[in-house]
Amino acid sequence: MTALNNDIQAHNRQAAALGTFFSNVAVRRFAWQALAALALFGAVFWLAGNLHHNLAARNIASGFGFLTREAGLPIAEHLIAYTPADSYFRALLVGTLNTLSVAFWSIILATILGTAIGVARTSKNWLLAKLSSIYVDLFRDVPLLLQLFLWYTILQKLPPVRQALNPVAGVFLSNRGLSFPVLDWQAAHGWTLLAFVLGLLATTLYAKRTSRKQLDDGRARSFWPVAITLLVAIPLVVGFSLGASVALDMPQPKGFNIRGGATVSPEFFALLVGLVVYNAAFIAEIVRSGLESVGRGQHEAARALGLHPKNILTWIVFPQALRVIVPPLTSQYLNVTKGSSLAVAIGYQDIVSVATTSMNQTGQSIELVGVIMAVYLTISLSISLLMNIYNARVALVER
Amino acid sequence: MLTLGRAHTRGGRLRSRLAFALGTAALAASMAIAPLGAQAQNQSGQGTPASDKVDTLGAIKARGYFICGVAGDRPGFSFPDSKGVMQGLDADICRSVAAAIFGDPEKIRFTSLTSLTRFPALQSGEVDMLARFTTWTLTREASLGLDVASVYFYDGQGFMVKKSLGVKSALELDGATVCVTQGSTSEANMVDFFRAHNLALKPIVIEKVEQVRDALANNRCDAYTNDSSLLGSLKLSMGPAGDEYILLPDIISKEPLGAFVRKGDQRFFDIVRWTYIAMLTAEEGGITKTNIDTFRKTRDPQNQRFVGETGDLGAALGLDPQWAVNVVKAVGNTAELWDRTIASLGIQRGVNRLAKDGGLQYAPPMR
Repeated sequence: MTALNNDIQAHNRQAAALGTFFSNVAVRRFAWQALAALALFGAVFWLAGNLHHNLAARNIASGFGFLTREAGLPIAEHLIAYTPADSYFRALLVGTLNTLSVAFWSIILATILGTAIGVARTSKNWLLAKLSSIYVDLFRDVPLLLQLFLWYTILQKLPPVRQALNPVAGVFLSNRGLSFPVLDWQAAHGWTLLAFVLGLLATTLYAKRTSRKQLDDGRARSFWPVAITLLVAIPLVVGFSLGASVALDMPQPKGFNIRGGATVSPEFFALLVGLVVYNAAFIAEIVRSGLESVGRGQHEAARALGLHPKNILTWIVFPQALRVIVPPLTSQYLNVTKGSSLAVAIGYQDIVSVATTSMNQTGQSIELVGVIMAVYLTISLSISLLMNIYNARVALVER
Repeated sequence: MLTLGRAHTRGGRLRSRLAFALGTAALAASMAIAPLGAQAQNQSGQGTPASDKVDTLGAIKARGYFICGVAGDRPGFSFPDSKGVMQGLDADICRSVAAAIFGDPEKIRFTSLTSLTRFPALQSGEVDMLARFTTWTLTREASLGLDVASVYFYDGQGFMVKKSLGVKSALELDGATVCVTQGSTSEANMVDFFRAHNLALKPIVIEKVEQVRDALANNRCDAYTNDSSLLGSLKLSMGPAGDEYILLPDIISKEPLGAFVRKGDQRFFDIVRWTYIAMLTAEEGGITKTNIDTFRKTRDPQNQRFVGETGDLGAALGLDPQWAVNVVKAVGNTAELWDRTIASLGIQRGVNRLAKDGGLQYAPPMR
C-alpha cells in the first residue's frame, strides 16, 4: 500500500513540476516564439523547395550561375572600369554604385536645400516665407516621375554638341552634358588630398573647442589663422615638396561628342535635380515642424541672455529641433534612395535598369528581382542604422 | 480584358511596371505554391518529362476563349483601332490560333505585355501564347522553358539617324551616342556590333520609345537602334517630321520573330505551328479568304485535304476537320495578312515572301 502511495506521490510531484515548468511565463513566451519561428522557417523552406523543383520541371534555368557569365550590356556611366565583356556580377555592381552615387549626392543636396527652405518658411520676411511655401506646395504635389521627365526635357533643350556653350575656357555645356577640365591625377595629389582631409578634421575639432570655450567665458577667439594654416598652407607645402604639378585634362569637342575632361551626363543631372527638388520639399516641412516644436520660451530666454539671432538658431533652437527632425528625416532619406529607381525612365542606368536588362538577357527574373531587393534592403538598412546612431546622439539625454 | 489603353501614357508606364512586378510575383508564387505531389506523380514510371500531361488545349476549350500576349502599343503589330479592336500582325497570328481551335477568331482575349513582362506572363500561364515581335534565340528556348512554334516575320536590327548628321553607314558611328530601348535583344546586338567593328559607343538605355523619340528629336542621341520594322513604324508615326530621318542600310542582326508557347505541351505546340503553316500553304495554293469555298469541289487531293473534305489532318491535331478553312476565313493567307498589317508601315515584304518568290517562308507538306 505504501509502495502504491509512494508511486502516486512521485507521479503528482512530477506532474506539478511539469505544470510549473509550463506555467512559467518566460518559458511559455519562449515556446510560442520558437514555434512561430519554426513555422515561418518551415513555410519559407517549403516554398523555396517547391519553387526550385517547379522551375526545374518547367525547364526554366535557375540559380546564380549566370553572374559569372559575360554580360554584353551597354552601360554608359560607370564609377569603376566596365566594358561589355565584363560579367553580369560586375554589371550589377556598376548599377549598384550608380544607385549609391545618385542617392548619396541627392541626400546631401536635398538636406541642404530642404533645411534652407524649412528655415525660410519660418522666417518673418513675408516674401521669403511665401515663396518657400509655394515651393513646398508646388514640388510636393507633382509626381516625381513627371518632374523627372520635365527636367530631362529641359536639359535636352540645351544646344547640341556642335554649338556647345563655352562660357569659360575648357567648360562646355550642351545637351550631351556638362564637361569640365579635371586634374591630371598624380600620386602627389593623393597625399595633398590626404593632408587636406586631415586638416579638415583638425579644423572641425578646433572649431568645436573654440566655440565651447567661448560659451564658457564669452570671449571671442580668432579662428581663421589656424583654419587657413590647416586647410591651405600645410596641404600646399605637402603638394609642392612632393613635386605635384598642375596639369589639366581639358575637354575638346571632337566628332560626335566632347572628349577628355569629366562629363556630368544630362541623365544623371536630371535625376539628381529631380530627386533633390522633390525631396527637399518634404525635408523643408520636416525641418519646419522641428523648428516650430521648440517652445517660444527658448527663443525668449536666449534673447534675454543677449545671444545673437544667428547663434540662437544654431546653438539653442536647432539642437532641440533635431530631436523632432531626425526620425522622419530617416524615412525621407529612404524615399530618396527608393525614388532613384525611376532612373530608367530617363536613361540613367541604376541597379534596377541594369538588373531588368539582365533579366531580359538571361530570363532569370526571380533571381534578379531578389538581387534588386537585396541591394535596396542593404542600402536602406545602412541608412537607418547610421541615422539611428545619429538619432541616439541628438536624442534628449535624461539625467 | 481587351486592352484599349495605349501603353505610352504615364499611367501606362506605371501600370506596366506594376504588371511586371505582379508578373514576376505571380511566376514566383505559382512555382512556389504548386504542389510537389503532382510533379512527383508525373515523373514516376516512364521517365517522361514532368509536364507531359499539361493540356493547354483542354484548358482553353474549358475556358471558352484563347488568351494571347501582345504588345498592344505598336501599330502594324498590335494596336487597338478606333473601335478598340486589336489590329496588326501579332494580333492576327493570335486570332488564327483562336480560329483553328474554336472556328471563331473572336473567342480571344488580348493581354498587353511589355518586353519585360512577356516571358514571366507566359511561363506562369497568364497567357496561352506569346505573339509580341519576340526574337527566337537559343537562350530563350533552352533556358526559359519556352518553345518557338512558328516564325512569322524575319526582321533585322537597324539604325535610324537624322539626315542632317550626314552619316551614310553604321560604320561611321564611331563615338556616337546611341539610344536603345530597354529589355530586348537590341541592347546586346548593338554592343556586339560596336565591339566587332572596334567602334566607341556611348549608349543611352531608355525604357520607353516615347522618351527615345524626344531624345532623338532634341539631338540627345545621334542614332536610335531597334528592329527595322519598328524604326519604319516610328518614322511613319512622326508624320512630316519623319522625313528628317533616314534608316541606315546596315542590318546588324537577325530577328526571326516567333510565336512562343510553354515547353512540354507538344499537342498545343503542333496546333500553333501548323496553323501558321496552313496560312502559308493557302498562299502557295492561291487560296484566299474569299475564294476558299470554291476549293471544296476541286479535284486536287492536296486542296481536298486542306479544306477537310478528305483525310484526317484536323483529327491528328485534335481539331475540327474544318480548322484550316476556319483559319483562312478568319485572317486570310499570309499575303493577305501582310497586306493588311505590315504593308501599311511602308515596309517591303523582302525576305518574308514565300520561298518560291525568293523569300524565306516555306510551308512543309500538310499531309
